[in-house]
Amino acid sequence: MAETPDYRRNAARGDGAVATDTALPPSALDEKVREAEEKKWTPGKIALWAAIALLGGVAWFMLAIIRGETVNAIWFVFASVCTYLIGYRFYSKVIERYITKPDDRRATPAEYKADGKDYVRTDRNVLFGHHFAAIAGAGPLVGPVIAAQMGYLPGTIWIIIGVVLAGAVQDYLVMFFSMRRGGRSLGQMAREELGVIGGTAALVATLLIMVIIVAILALVVVNALGESPWGVFSVGMTIPIALFMGVYLRYLRPGKIMEVSLIGFVLLMAAIIGGGIVAETAWGAELFTLDKVTIAWGLIIYGFIAAILPVWLLLAPRDYLSTFMKIGVIVMLALAIIVVRPEITVPAFSEFASRDNGPVFPGSLFPFLFVTIACGALSGFHALISSGTTPKLVEKERQTRFIGYGGMLMESFVAIMALVAAISIDRGLYFAMNAPAALTGGTVETAATWVNSLGLAGVNITPDFLAQTASNVGEESIVSRTGGAPTLAVGLAHIMQQFIGGTAMMAFWYHFAIMFEALFILTAVDAGTRVARFMLQDSIGNFVPKFKEASWRPGAWLCTAIMVGAWGAVLLMGVTDPLGGINTLFPLFGIANQLLAAIALSVCLAIVAKRGTFKYLWIVALPLAFAAVVTITASYQKIFSPTPAVGYFANNAAFSKALADGKTEFGTAKSVAAMEAVVRNTAIQGWLSVIFVVLSIIVIATAVLATIKAFRTRTDGTASKGNEDPARPSRVFAPAGLIPTPAERELMAEWDKVPAELRFERAGHH
Amino acid sequence: MSSGLAAVAQGFRGFARYFGGVLGADAYAKYLEHHRAAGHSTPPLGEREFWRDRTDRQDSNPQGRCC
Repeated sequence: MAETPDYRRNAARGDGAVATDTALPPSALDEKVREAEEKKWTPGKIALWAAIALLGGVAWFMLAIIRGETVNAIWFVFASVCTYLIGYRFYSKVIERYITKPDDRRATPAEYKADGKDYVRTDRNVLFGHHFAAIAGAGPLVGPVIAAQMGYLPGTIWIIIGVVLAGAVQDYLVMFFSMRRGGRSLGQMAREELGVIGGTAALVATLLIMVIIVAILALVVVNALGESPWGVFSVGMTIPIALFMGVYLRYLRPGKIMEVSLIGFVLLMAAIIGGGIVAETAWGAELFTLDKVTIAWGLIIYGFIAAILPVWLLLAPRDYLSTFMKIGVIVMLALAIIVVRPEITVPAFSEFASRDNGPVFPGSLFPFLFVTIACGALSGFHALISSGTTPKLVEKERQTRFIGYGGMLMESFVAIMALVAAISIDRGLYFAMNAPAALTGGTVETAATWVNSLGLAGVNITPDFLAQTASNVGEESIVSRTGGAPTLAVGLAHIMQQFIGGTAMMAFWYHFAIMFEALFILTAVDAGTRVARFMLQDSIGNFVPKFKEASWRPGAWLCTAIMVGAWGAVLLMGVTDPLGGINTLFPLFGIANQLLAAIALSVCLAIVAKRGTFKYLWIVALPLAFAAVVTITASYQKIFSPTPAVGYFANNAAFSKALADGKTEFGTAKSVAAMEAVVRNTAIQGWLSVIFVVLSIIVIATAVLATIKAFRTRTDGTASKGNEDPARPSRVFAPAGLIPTPAERELMAEWDKVPAELRFERAGHH
Repeated sequence: MSSGLAAVAQGFRGFARYFGGVLGADAYAKYLEHHRAAGHSTPPLGEREFWRDRTDRQDSNPQGRCC
């Protein structure tokens, strides 16, 4: 330690609360050393970033300007990765420098609250994977597929630019501010920063949004499994597999997570292969061919049981399985796209980009494209993960940029790959799969006729092609398999069979894709129901204290039943909707998710303002304004648009009038019962839109008020630390990013020399 | 040849360790480390008890999973 230069030692010490132990090396790099290192542009570094910028520029040029007859998928990879790198290296550093201002001399909650259980310092690279696995799910795999209706370019631009300026900013800021508050949740932060009204509105909105998100994710699974004996069998098998893993971990070999995950993975593969065999047999086909309503009821009953069973039995083991699959699949898909490099024939802007009556989802490009792709560009749900769990594990403050901002960039890349997989299939096939049965007629002949009648450039499909594709992927039919998951599965099978196995393997890859999407979604459904149940119990507990006791069975069961009933009702509404389900409900999913993002960004806005950072407030205000404009416009159109396909109430009025006129069929509803269902559904969807947007406007307004108040009462230079936990000196050091810089290496070497018993304070408080 | 094989084995072990970390397989080891470092006077939980406690605490403290 003697060789530490004096200037560095003294400068990094700081004073007051974060003065560190003089017996230890500094817990942070000296500011001057770090600055100098960052600002030093060696020729090699300049060449590297020039090359990245050039490659990204060329890739964007190929996608956006050249737009030849076909475009190679590799340009999507280059355009996205280069933009992410530039955004990460330059924009996230601006946020770090001017907004978050991390101080590595301060201990993180994982250090000062360390308990070896919930608060544990975790290696930054491991935590990156952990955080990514928690935020990434089926969302980025579904939204971009549905948005491909408008062509590839609008979705690509929004996913890549959106994540750099909005999604990753939200995740990073929420994570950082939650970390400074000992890992508090978004709801708690909203209450503290926005007061009772804003906080309550945020809580109620979060609860409702969760119901909608769980319901629509469940709808995606139901649509993927309906009339698919292979899918039902293999996805159904995940339940006994998870139960077995749970028992194995609890009683046979506790803690052997890698081992049991491998066993589970092998069993899962066996379930996929077995599903193909079972679906071939007469009894298998009869037993496992279920209609969507039956599957929906099965899912509702399953959801209730899963949410009241102990975590160790079902949820925890399936979570291991889902994480295992998630990382494996994403790496495999990236490799396949890079190796196969499919040619894309979809136009940059399709015929539907300038219209508001697309068959996959109705509404014009602005705002509906921006709500259809939520996850992957800007996902409010992430704010619930970025606050709470991950901040309790972060080792050093500076690492939040890598984990929060970088983790979201990874999710965005998943969305880009899903988009590539979806647009690599034939365009006619895309529309035949994603338009509701009310339009396609449900058979290969009617679907082919309908698709060809759309007048799409270069699209001419035959019934034989649709039948052949269905048989290739081992399904009875692929017409009107809405929800995005089946399309992605066909796209993935199409790419993967060129990588491994050929056409003979297509059916396996298809069901492999359906399986992992179903796994992610079931995990999200379970966890979402549980979290929502606790939120409800907590809220009721304010009036009936008994409900706050998590272990009080009747309360827990009642609240679980209410939450499952709520999402179950929305799910059944979507499944039986004569208008198609996904096309009417998916916009609501996106709006809900981004309203949550607006709420999270509002909380961040208020915090940043209270910290006295006004000059760079635009970094938060920009994505907040965009999310607010998009979601409020989308909600406005859903509520007030006179076009029945877009506006819920316009549709409601049209069908009500038809019923009053004594008609027995109207539009795509072929019976009076169906017409009544449309009237009921549109009313519910319309009022949900109203409630969401009103709650969100309340939250945004309270945040803007808090910001203005902070601006008025700002005092020069002495920003209040607000609701942050008090600063405590850190007694550890770890690098900030993926690869340690030379200065970080030097400091790490110093720490390596410190005897272990000196590093941690002997805690006397236990 | 054998050194190449050793390098592959080491790389694989490193990857398995990383993957295990992401899954949370090293939680008990980290708990023991914390327990030792914090100098508790009580003996640490056994492996079986630790994992039992861990999942049981999740029952009343659920963690969200994203969409």
